[in-house]
Amino acid sequence: MSASDTHAMRRGQGEMAPPSAIKLNINDQVRQLEVDPRTSLLDALREHLRLSGTKKGCDHGQCGACTVLINGRRVLSCLTLAVMHEDDEIMTIEGLGDPDHMHPMQRAFVECDGFQCGYCTPGQICSAVGMLAEVKAGWPSHVTTDVSSPRVALTDDEIRERMSGNICRCAAYPNIVAAIRGSAEGGAI
Amino acid sequence: MKSFTYERATDTRAAVAAVTRPGAKFISGGTNLLDLMKLDIEYPSHLVDISRLPLRDIEELPDGGLRIGAQARNSDVAADRRVRTRYPVLSEALVSGASGQLRNKASTGGNLVQRTRCPYFYDTAADCNKRDPGSGCAAIGGFNRIHAILGASESCIATHPSDMAVAMTALDAEVELLRADGSARRVAITDFYRLPGDTPHIENVLGGDEMITGVLLPPPLPGRQIYRKVRDRASYEFALVSVAAVVSVVQGTIREARVAFGGVAHKPWRSVEAEDALTDRPARMDTYRAAAEAALRGAVGRGDNDFKIELAKRALCRTLAQAAGAS
Amino acid sequence: MIGQAVNRVDGPLKATGRATYAYEHWEAGQPLYGFIVGATIGKGRITRIDTGDAEGAPGVQLVMTYLNAPAQGPRDESIPFEYWRAQPMLTGPDIHFYGEPVALVVAETFEQARDAADLVEVEYRAGRGRFDFGEFEDDTYIPKTVNAGLPTDTAVGDFDAGFAGAEVKVDQQYTTPYEFSLPIEPNASMVAPRGEDLVVYASCQITDAARDSVAGTLMMDPERVHIVTPFVGGGFGSKLGIHSETILAALAARALGRPVKVTLTRQQVFQLVGMRPTSNQRVRLGAGRDGRLAAIAHDVTMHTNPDVEYAEQTAATVRSLYAAPHRLTSHRLTALDLPRGTDVRAPGEAPGMLSVESAMDELADALGMDPVELRIRNEPTVDPERNVPYSDRHLVECLREGARRFGWQNRPAPPASVREGRWLIGYGMSAAIRGHFQGPTTVRVRLEPDGTAVIQTDMTDIGTGTYTILTQVGAEGLGLPLERVRIDLGRSDHPSSWGSGGSWGATNSSTAAHRACAALRTKLLDAACGDTRSPLHGLDPAAAVFSDGDVAIGGASEALREIVARHHPDGVEAEGKTRFMGDDPNYSDYSINTYGAHFAEVGVDADTAEVRLRRMLSVFSVGRVFNPKTARSQLIGGMIWGVGAALEEEAVVDPRSGAFVNRDFAGYLVPVHGDIPPDIEAVVLEGYDDKANVLGAKGIGEVGICGSGAAVANAVFNATGVRVRDFPITIEKLLPGLPAMAA
Repeated sequence: MSASDTHAMRRGQGEMAPPSAIKLNINDQVRQLEVDPRTSLLDALREHLRLSGTKKGCDHGQCGACTVLINGRRVLSCLTLAVMHEDDEIMTIEGLGDPDHMHPMQRAFVECDGFQCGYCTPGQICSAVGMLAEVKAGWPSHVTTDVSSPRVALTDDEIRERMSGNICRCAAYPNIVAAIRGSAEGGAI
Repeated sequence: MKSFTYERATDTRAAVAAVTRPGAKFISGGTNLLDLMKLDIEYPSHLVDISRLPLRDIEELPDGGLRIGAQARNSDVAADRRVRTRYPVLSEALVSGASGQLRNKASTGGNLVQRTRCPYFYDTAADCNKRDPGSGCAAIGGFNRIHAILGASESCIATHPSDMAVAMTALDAEVELLRADGSARRVAITDFYRLPGDTPHIENVLGGDEMITGVLLPPPLPGRQIYRKVRDRASYEFALVSVAAVVSVVQGTIREARVAFGGVAHKPWRSVEAEDALTDRPARMDTYRAAAEAALRGAVGRGDNDFKIELAKRALCRTLAQAAGAS
Repeated sequence: MIGQAVNRVDGPLKATGRATYAYEHWEAGQPLYGFIVGATIGKGRITRIDTGDAEGAPGVQLVMTYLNAPAQGPRDESIPFEYWRAQPMLTGPDIHFYGEPVALVVAETFEQARDAADLVEVEYRAGRGRFDFGEFEDDTYIPKTVNAGLPTDTAVGDFDAGFAGAEVKVDQQYTTPYEFSLPIEPNASMVAPRGEDLVVYASCQITDAARDSVAGTLMMDPERVHIVTPFVGGGFGSKLGIHSETILAALAARALGRPVKVTLTRQQVFQLVGMRPTSNQRVRLGAGRDGRLAAIAHDVTMHTNPDVEYAEQTAATVRSLYAAPHRLTSHRLTALDLPRGTDVRAPGEAPGMLSVESAMDELADALGMDPVELRIRNEPTVDPERNVPYSDRHLVECLREGARRFGWQNRPAPPASVREGRWLIGYGMSAAIRGHFQGPTTVRVRLEPDGTAVIQTDMTDIGTGTYTILTQVGAEGLGLPLERVRIDLGRSDHPSSWGSGGSWGATNSSTAAHRACAALRTKLLDAACGDTRSPLHGLDPAAAVFSDGDVAIGGASEALREIVARHHPDGVEAEGKTRFMGDDPNYSDYSINTYGAHFAEVGVDADTAEVRLRRMLSVFSVGRVFNPKTARSQLIGGMIWGVGAALEEEAVVDPRSGAFVNRDFAGYLVPVHGDIPPDIEAVVLEGYDDKANVLGAKGIGEVGICGSGAAVANAVFNATGVRVRDFPITIEKLLPGLPAMAA
């Protein structure tokens, strides 16, 4: 089999699949939409539902800008299909708060200047909210000294290891860590 | 991304039957498959979503081992109390991989069969025997800093990127497979993976009519378990070299050891040579050095990755010293 | 208000996902989606292109190739700056670099466009390209000038004699890789036709340049092109100009009469935006035993694209940095068939100071001298090449204050002398300098009848804090509370500016806004003091105080709102300007720069050579600071860029194809949270540079990166005793020099 053969196979693939009518529970609202099965959850949010707070930075799971919460867990919306998430509870940055009623984590990011251009910010914030729940559940991380210990202390080292899947090219990292620490210490999460 | 049809499987047997259809593939976490589909490297015509099959549990086995369901998420396995206390090397390997978001999605079965991160495999314009059999290997003679130093061939020098599977290899895990006809089989994880030879597109022994349903961990060896991952940046990067080690030391002598490397070969690399060089020897640096020399004896560098031979030796020595010192 | 640590005024929008970036505007209705097809050869010619399958694919509206692309305006080199020039696309069958656009596929959905892009069949006849810098670095030419119009070569005194006679010498080569800006928002654009006009939602740093570039390419009247860019997801140089994403969206939108949006994929960003050139730098330092430099030379060879020359001003940095009677700098270029070089954060200084400040560390080591003291001993009294005085130079204070705060005197100076467990610990430092620039900018300030102020300019906020600091300048200038000042940025229909780039945006726009406020105050006072209905009638305008929305002269006062209502029922406005630095004598009579000193502590794993930053402290002198909170963030961001340049960032060209091999965020490493310790701090000295502008402020967007990588590199040397001169400092370069493993 040559490269041109596989190219031909690739090209020959796939009759156009009919659009799927799906219901997604987003930010406590049921939204109905018709999507191509190929539509990522990220593109469904941004291009179909016009919830563009969730950002596309790489589309390949390498930057974290598209992080949303699904059933309370942080995941990358670029690497999952919209059709796979009927019956799930999806929370996006828009659902966490709005400018007049910000979530404590959003307030902490503003107060600590945890961003500059703002493009990775929704992903950082959703990731931080999901991350704190993971710490609360006692999940270990790569910097946890003893993974067999059921409890994890929320040190700065733990925060930054656990947030490493969210790249900030403006490099607001120290301020983001401060925001998360402040938010967690505030106990409002 | 090519067009495909989608179905959500609710029954395990039916799911295996569904995937026998030409062009069909399973999708679970999707974190590797969708990545590849967006680049037209994978182009299934039908996706069978197995993420909600009842294969998420982690169960005690009668022999004192554990069975990890193929649909258990990486983060759940890493956080499982039994895994953390009895198989800490597995927990450590899991949390050293990817990011929190990816681990929340990625499944145990999917992690096992993830594809290489060779950049030439990812570039449909480049020659790649793994992607387009017979086209050649652009990594040989190309930029091959992250490539294999052990077990490679002139067809392919790609590495397997998993951390989890490296720990499972050191733990003597078995992969549990289910056929469409309902029959099941177990394959030792070292036999599950294949070396590239001249068919690098065939990466494991999983049949087209089979599904991974779980991973079986035998009772752990006594002794300290450590996973050590070496990489350029502190987090969120595939291993340049990693080591999973289980070392049992009694009165200064190594009674038994398990050693596996990641980032060095087409599969998680179990080093029986290193284990033999350790068994019944004093727990000292000269023993570890001898084990490292034995482990890397057949290693071949391709230029940019030459340093990984020395790096793997040093990573192994330090990991063994830590594991032996603490037991 | 100026100088206060105000929270970012756009913070709540950004933190709640309500800030809209280029790809996210819906007011023009449902757009079509464009997807770019890139060439899969690095040099040669298209021999056949078949768009039939793609055109027949579901949802496809247009496949544009060189065969059907409309005629476009040429790139006009008589226009002084590249970013304002036309950028014609799909102009012919010739391929100039790997990934160059060969087609745009436009479809109803993103999924359809991406799929159909794979169906465009292109065959090529590949030519012999020049891709490998190492192979061609001796085949150079001399550019007429280098970036920013700086001279290519300079010479002072007699370098050869000065260097030959020096008691202690350093003569080393340093190499730096291709680096990319890589803001997290990929380059993206949506273009909507509006009658004969085009509304261009762009992601760009310079609105004025985007407008001219689109208009020049599409051969339109610039007045008919309306750039809208209220939020930009980072730039770092990569959005100074617009690229294929904008031009192709505009061509398609005009062809189809519908809105079209195009984003580069992350992989395409590596091929279509441009990068910092790779460089080979020879640095020669000759000094006496007392550390005083007799001779400095910095000779740099870089790549350039053959069609679009870009000569990074890498050797220019050293021209104003240290005193020495004998000096030499030069820039040479070798043309490679690669994407064009372009400005990446701190062009010139970023790669130049990595080398020069590493060489200074080597000199300190050779002299057995404290590297802080070495730099202090070479502090010049006047700019040694321009022979003009410095304005407000405080490099020595930065060095001393940084050393004090960092505890530099307590460090163990001998290399490879500290070990903590598996970590070899090391300390390094570096100086920082960056030229300060000024460009033409106009800002309009409007006072609305309700007493709120609106500041309008085409200036952008790319994360730099423009919205916030202009709010502060406006509030101070008109005596209004912050919440009564609204900032309206990023529209080409507003007065024009040099945008964000070169660290000039904050000072240009703030100075112009300050002047606009002054002009507006004069208008208001003229009206009120000359009006018998005003309590201010007949009073001396020079004694007026604007505060809390009122104007007071002596004991009399009147609300601004009432003055506006009476005299300007539709509101009143005034403009303020800055001029091009070439027309401002201060910029020729003085050497105007920002300064800093960086101090870093690293750990190097004694077994595996992994390098991890442990702490970092930098002290800066940047004149007056508008907002210490946003300034600190930007400075720390720059410092972290230096960490990335020292340890991680490198794009690798495959010399067989001309492609960047590691063209994604998995292969091209940038710092992540885990790389950056919480103990990282930027301190700014109190300052005011009266030569820079009326506000005494200078740019801060880039000085953070200048030299910071060298501080890290010098710390790695101190930790290990291994000097790596080929950046970034990765494991394979350190490993051979590490000690054998001990039990």
